[in-house]
Amino acid sequence: MTKQFLLDGQPVPFDDGQTILEAARKAGHYIPSLCWHKDFPPHGSCKLCVVKAAGRHVSACATPAKEGWEVESNTPEINGERRGLLQMLFVEGNHFCPSCEKSGNCELQALAYEYEVLTPRFRHFFPDRPVDASHPDVLLDFNRCIFCELCVRASREIDGKSVFALTGRGIGKHLVVNAESGQLGDTDFSATDAAAHICPVGVILPKGTGFAVPIGERSFDVATIRSKTLKESS
Amino acid sequence: MSVLPSSVVASLDDILLRHRHQATELLQILIQAQQIEGWLPAATLTHIAAALGLPRARVEGVAGFYSFLYTQPVGRYRVLFSDNITDRMLGNAELLDALCRKLWIEPGHLSEDGLVSVTTTSCTGLCDQGPAMLVNGRAIGQLSHRRINEIAELIRQQRPLELWPAEYFQIDDNIRRRDALLGLDMPPGAALQAAVARGRDGWLAEMQASNLRGRGGAGFATAVKWASAKNAPGAPKVIVCNADEGEPGTFKDRVLLNSFADLVFEGMSLAAWAVGASQGFLYLRGEYRYLLPQLEAVLARRRAAGLLGTGILGQAGFDFDIAIHLGAGAYVCGEESALIESLEGKRGTPRIRPPFPVTKGYLGRPTVVNNVETLAKTCLIALGGGEAFAATGTAQSAGTKLLSISGDCAMPGIYEYPFGVPISRVLEDCGASDTQAVQVGGASGICLAGYEFHRRIAYEDVPTAGAFMIFDGTRDLFDVARAFVHFFAHESCGFCTPCRVGTSLLKGFMDKLADGHGAQADLADIDWLDRLLKNASHCGLGSAAPNPVIDTLQKFRPAYERRLVSLDFEPAFDLDAALAEARQLTGRDDSGAHLKTHEEDEK
Ligand SMILES: Cc1cc2nc3c(=O)[nH]c(=O)nc-3n(C[C@H](O)[C@H](O)[C@H](O)COP(=O)(O)O)c2cc1C
Ligand code: SF4
Ligand code: SF4
Repeated sequence: MTKQFLLDGQPVPFDDGQTILEAARKAGHYIPSLCWHKDFPPHGSCKLCVVKAAGRHVSACATPAKEGWEVESNTPEINGERRGLLQMLFVEGNHFCPSCEKSGNCELQALAYEYEVLTPRFRHFFPDRPVDASHPDVLLDFNRCIFCELCVRASREIDGKSVFALTGRGIGKHLVVNAESGQLGDTDFSATDAAAHICPVGVILPKGTGFAVPIGERSFDVATIRSKTLKESS
Repeated sequence: MSVLPSSVVASLDDILLRHRHQATELLQILIQAQQIEGWLPAATLTHIAAALGLPRARVEGVAGFYSFLYTQPVGRYRVLFSDNITDRMLGNAELLDALCRKLWIEPGHLSEDGLVSVTTTSCTGLCDQGPAMLVNGRAIGQLSHRRINEIAELIRQQRPLELWPAEYFQIDDNIRRRDALLGLDMPPGAALQAAVARGRDGWLAEMQASNLRGRGGAGFATAVKWASAKNAPGAPKVIVCNADEGEPGTFKDRVLLNSFADLVFEGMSLAAWAVGASQGFLYLRGEYRYLLPQLEAVLARRRAAGLLGTGILGQAGFDFDIAIHLGAGAYVCGEESALIESLEGKRGTPRIRPPFPVTKGYLGRPTVVNNVETLAKTCLIALGGGEAFAATGTAQSAGTKLLSISGDCAMPGIYEYPFGVPISRVLEDCGASDTQAVQVGGASGICLAGYEFHRRIAYEDVPTAGAFMIFDGTRDLFDVARAFVHFFAHESCGFCTPCRVGTSLLKGFMDKLADGHGAQADLADIDWLDRLLKNASHCGLGSAAPNPVIDTLQKFRPAYERRLVSLDFEPAFDLDAALAEARQLTGRDDSGAHLKTHEEDEK
């Protein structure tokens, strides 16, 4: 007999060691995430996968499922918290979707639609984050970074380069590249690196491909992030 | 790439060699490298990265995490005013201003000649002798206008710190009440001898009988932690003494390390004996760096006495030694998994738990992390037995607790009480009068109002890591909560969204209220943020960050409501204030040069 837990009242089977997020998505139940990626261990920083398991808030991406657990995810309380977290990510950076070439392919934007984030709710921080255009093939627009560390992990673990790292602390945390000059052009980064294609938002932008797919035909124009994620997890 | 002077390279290489080019020593290397020029120039980071075989970005990531590491030039005299609420109550802001005026500098800005920079830092653990400051890492307490004048003069004369009056650096213990621990006069090694005589299992059984619970905040059963680490696979096992003591208002570990270091180190050895650990670390907060030489001396004495090293007390296989690692200004590094990351030379970001440190800690090995006081207490258990220890205190809280008392009272300092002591008794003993509120357990603890002073210090009633800050009737509890919110926003590690952004948003709301622009709707948003922080944060810092606001909103609500303007919504942006510069330029201050934004203005 396979083990199972209850997600919003519905049974979800799981294998030992599988997390709530993996088991749920495999069974066709959507739990959102930004920093989770199938190729890496859970990170647990974005907190969008927050669920209530046996009455306690946990990250679904980092919490192994337990037999008989009752897990709440698609509830007004939890969805309200997710909406709040999305609003936080919007106000802490500079996100101006209409002028962003990632528009339509951006997971943050797609989640905002999914969770009906209609207003910023909080005051904008308007941080000062310069753009790095020093690399011949890739542009970095730090204004949109959500600190998921996917580029950090991909560059270190897949590309074997460690081009990216985080520095600073708290609200002053920011991304840096592996060069004394601070310029991407002075690193060994290449547009063919895995890290060049992993950013869920519009920070790491291979040059010259930006508007190859017209707005209206991009990933999240043709399918919601919910359906796209579930299709990829099945 | 910029080129380093050869003398700097020589010093760096010397430091790197002393740390055997180990990447786990990165934080220690950076701390020492900073001594060379007072800060860490870009080329220094590049050199260290290359020597350790680390990506430069990773070194920059670590250097940028800790408050006491500087990647921009700072003054040759680096003055940091301790900014706990107790320092504020003693007038630290006025003293900071006075010093800046005397030195012709602006707070937070380096003087043009590079001589001096003056700014604030989180609580330095001198609340019983504040206002306090750190000058180039050395602690000075009991600041007064007179002392500030003298310090300004010494800095202007560029007098080396070693030539400043010795009494400046005199830090008092201020022990006001002794009980079992502070009254103990134990020859080094006596407790260890007793535990060794019982055998490893017999000693662990004594610990189990003692019901000792952790003094660092969470109150976890110490013997359970030790047994888990003992039974976990993996070696060599590790004992860590958590001397990060960053919780605002807490300074009891400072006193234990200053005057009872043998008890602390002996406690670590006792833990090692029970667990079968061979490696020990004392993680000492950067603010207590001045204790380092004397602590190293105690360790050297214990090694010479055969209490550390191999075959301790003649027991084959009992090998254990202790290294001291310094922190560098990061409260979150008190959280045990962040502490371990920091020990490994990384940014102090809390790990995903489980796995807990007892199974996968330092370098993935079973690791016990205990508070300074917890470890010192184990000496009492080794000497007097577990049952005797369990018989003191209350049912669920065996033994005594050290309280760090500060704020509005006649005799601030360290008080040791058996668990179960009522708040009112403590207030009486330290000479507090007209007490409005007590903040127990620091910024992340609980704020008690007068009607709760019958409550008792105990895990089952008012738990505490030891801070006990007193506020009399003249204090505004909103200011207290706001100071703590600023603290959490400053100390958030920034890893998770709710805490990274939420603490800053909360700070923004508190500042908006303080500036007189708060509206009823803001209280609802504050409420909502409080809940999100509590629920969704990755570690205890974020989940405790709203505590001061939750408590004071509930118990001292008028302190907030007083600050609301009568509108339902009020923008944080003050149009009228924004015109101040224009008024100054045009020399106008008539009513036509002002904008009305408050209903009240019109009455
Ligand atoms: C943000 C944060 C800061 C902490 N700071 C400290 C500290 O300075 N000292 C300490 O002993 N424990 C601190 N703790 C608790 C530790 O994580 C850990 O529980 C404790 O060191 C265990 O020791 P104990 O069992 O002896 O109490 C902190 C926890 C959090 C979440
Ligand atoms: S640049 Fe993109 S991938 Fe990297 S941390 Fe920022 S948001 Fe994540
Ligand atoms: S709660 Fe705050 S301190 Fe803890 S991990 Fe999240 S951001 Fe860091």
